[in-house]
Amino acid sequence: MGAENGERVEKLAADFNASQNNYRVVPSFKGNYTDTMTGAVAAFRARKQPHIVQVFEVGTATMMAAKGAIYPVEQLMADSDVVFDKSIYLPGVISYYQTPKGNLLSMPFNSSTPVLWYNREAFAKAGIKQPPSTWQEMFNVSEKLVASGMKCGFSFGWQSWVMIENFSTWHDQSIGTQQNGFAGFDTELSFNTPELKRRIQSIADSQSSGHFAYGGREDDSLPLFSSGECGMWMSSSANTAALSSQAKFAYGQSMLPLDTSIATEPQNSIIGGATLWVLQGHSKQSYRGVAEFLTYLSGAEVQAWWHQETGYVPITIAAAELSREQGFYQRNPDYDVAVKQLNLNTPTENSKGLRFGNFVQIRTIINEELESVWAGTKTASSALDDAVSRGNRLLRRFERAN
Amino acid sequence: MLKRVHFRSSWLPYALVAPQILVTLVFFMWPAGQSIYQSFLIEDAFGFSTEFVWFENYTYLLTDSLYFDTVFRTLFFSFSVAFLSLSIALLLAGFVDRIIRGAMFYRTMLIWPYAVAPVIAGALWVFMFDPTLGILTAMLDSFGWHWNHRLNGGEAMALVIIAATWKQISYNFLFLVAAMQAIPKSLIEAAALDGAGPLRRFRTIIFPLIMPTGFFLLVVNVVYAFFETFGIIHVVTGGGPAKATEILVYKAYSDGFIGLDLGGSAAQSTILMIGVVLLTVIQFRYVERQVDYSS
Repeated sequence: MGAENGERVEKLAADFNASQNNYRVVPSFKGNYTDTMTGAVAAFRARKQPHIVQVFEVGTATMMAAKGAIYPVEQLMADSDVVFDKSIYLPGVISYYQTPKGNLLSMPFNSSTPVLWYNREAFAKAGIKQPPSTWQEMFNVSEKLVASGMKCGFSFGWQSWVMIENFSTWHDQSIGTQQNGFAGFDTELSFNTPELKRRIQSIADSQSSGHFAYGGREDDSLPLFSSGECGMWMSSSANTAALSSQAKFAYGQSMLPLDTSIATEPQNSIIGGATLWVLQGHSKQSYRGVAEFLTYLSGAEVQAWWHQETGYVPITIAAAELSREQGFYQRNPDYDVAVKQLNLNTPTENSKGLRFGNFVQIRTIINEELESVWAGTKTASSALDDAVSRGNRLLRRFERAN
Repeated sequence: MLKRVHFRSSWLPYALVAPQILVTLVFFMWPAGQSIYQSFLIEDAFGFSTEFVWFENYTYLLTDSLYFDTVFRTLFFSFSVAFLSLSIALLLAGFVDRIIRGAMFYRTMLIWPYAVAPVIAGALWVFMFDPTLGILTAMLDSFGWHWNHRLNGGEAMALVIIAATWKQISYNFLFLVAAMQAIPKSLIEAAALDGAGPLRRFRTIIFPLIMPTGFFLLVVNVVYAFFETFGIIHVVTGGGPAKATEILVYKAYSDGFIGLDLGGSAAQSTILMIGVVLLTVIQFRYVERQVDYSS
């Protein structure tokens, strides 16, 4: 991790090193998530792998398939005689990283979920009292924002994660067959539903009246919100640190809007972010240090600090409790939105997460197809159909290679 | 009559070319060979399950119509960059060749961009054209042009062409100025005395005499646009929006290093290698015929 959150990772490692004398953790920044994962794979092939690598959630299927390279966390803890209790973790977080039998493979570290960020000052100026809770209200509120002089109503970052993956789980719709890939590599994408097509098309159409503005992939659209051009922005809850240094106005978080033509109640959102994978090929002695470091990271105080500083969700129940006891949610009432969304309902087969091979490339495909919808060169219907068929080609190729 | 010098020893010429051969073998032949071998394999990211599949990676690629879109996009991009950077450099060199005072200053300033690394060059243009914060975007906005290369594929392509051209102009300029300076002054003065104006002198004397350099630059520029613009594209657009600026080398990178599909990426590299070899052969066989080296 880089930038503001990277400094906090440095601090975690330094604090751990200061807390004991036996081991020393050396953090190193290797670029964004994809760069880091590629770097770890290359390092492993050259037999120079690190002990721990931070891999984002969409790399999970690739890491899982690399049985000889990874050291499952649960086994590491047992081999190192470190007490490990899985029940302290939030179920919505660890379910993403378990084998079908329930073994935890990697250690959850930074998990977030998309929320609706909104500009309180712009809302007050436009006379809007409540953040929108449905898509109909999204457009109504955007209308008022634009009428009050804003350039646009809303934008979003990480469009595949927010508008395809989380949109599906939020409305309890499947993203792919075989329980979104959890049940096997022979999964096929299924998100090209009439409901999603209709929603995407309506967003694209709303560009002409200034309701929606596209600001690029990943979090490239952040400046649209932080500079005050757009009044709302859907992206990761973990933008706390970035927004507090960039936005010059009061802002709040709210739950993702519901499409009432699809569901009457929201189901639950899913996480994004990364886990820590332990790689094979080092000494038993050093793995003990790894086990202790991972235990340290899950400690309630460390997690509560991390959660409050970054906006990532606390991964243990104790850390969430501690934050409440410290009065964090009273001072910052919106900061429990992410946890609430994740724990809204017991996850269904459609909403416990996703596990697709080659998903890094599939997300690129989804980016490309959605961009052609925003640019008006394709309809939402043909773009989503193309995204599914191109994605399925990559899923078959992954199945073939593993 | 040409005088020829003969060395008796038979080992000396081999010893003299040996370092170059060695460098070529280690840094070109070996990796190229590995890449060709890799293109016949399908394996997972970490290399645990490897299967020899002959041409499956190639058929996978060649049955994908989007791949051919990338091929044509690459040709368009490369020739645009080569044409623009050569013609602008030629224009600038023509002017600099004629000025007397401060020539050194202009030359230095014009060569400067060449020292900028592609990634930095890309970053500069990204800042200036950022759809929300960019200074040039704000200027275009005041003319009623809402520049957004994150959404508009044409604008994205224009931006990477501008950035890649801007960086290459210096290199071309350097060679063209040197070539112009090497033309004997007496030729130009004689033409001037015969009444040929600056444009006529450029067309009939300078231009033909710098053709060998121009041809060399054409080859270099096309290769530059094919490969070295990677850094610029990576920083400016990342191949987007919707593949609008994805050229072949960028696709090989993103499939191999982001997608971790090494076999598919190696197959693309092999095709790219064959393509560039063919292109160079064509340039030498057909374009070079038009060039007269003897004068």
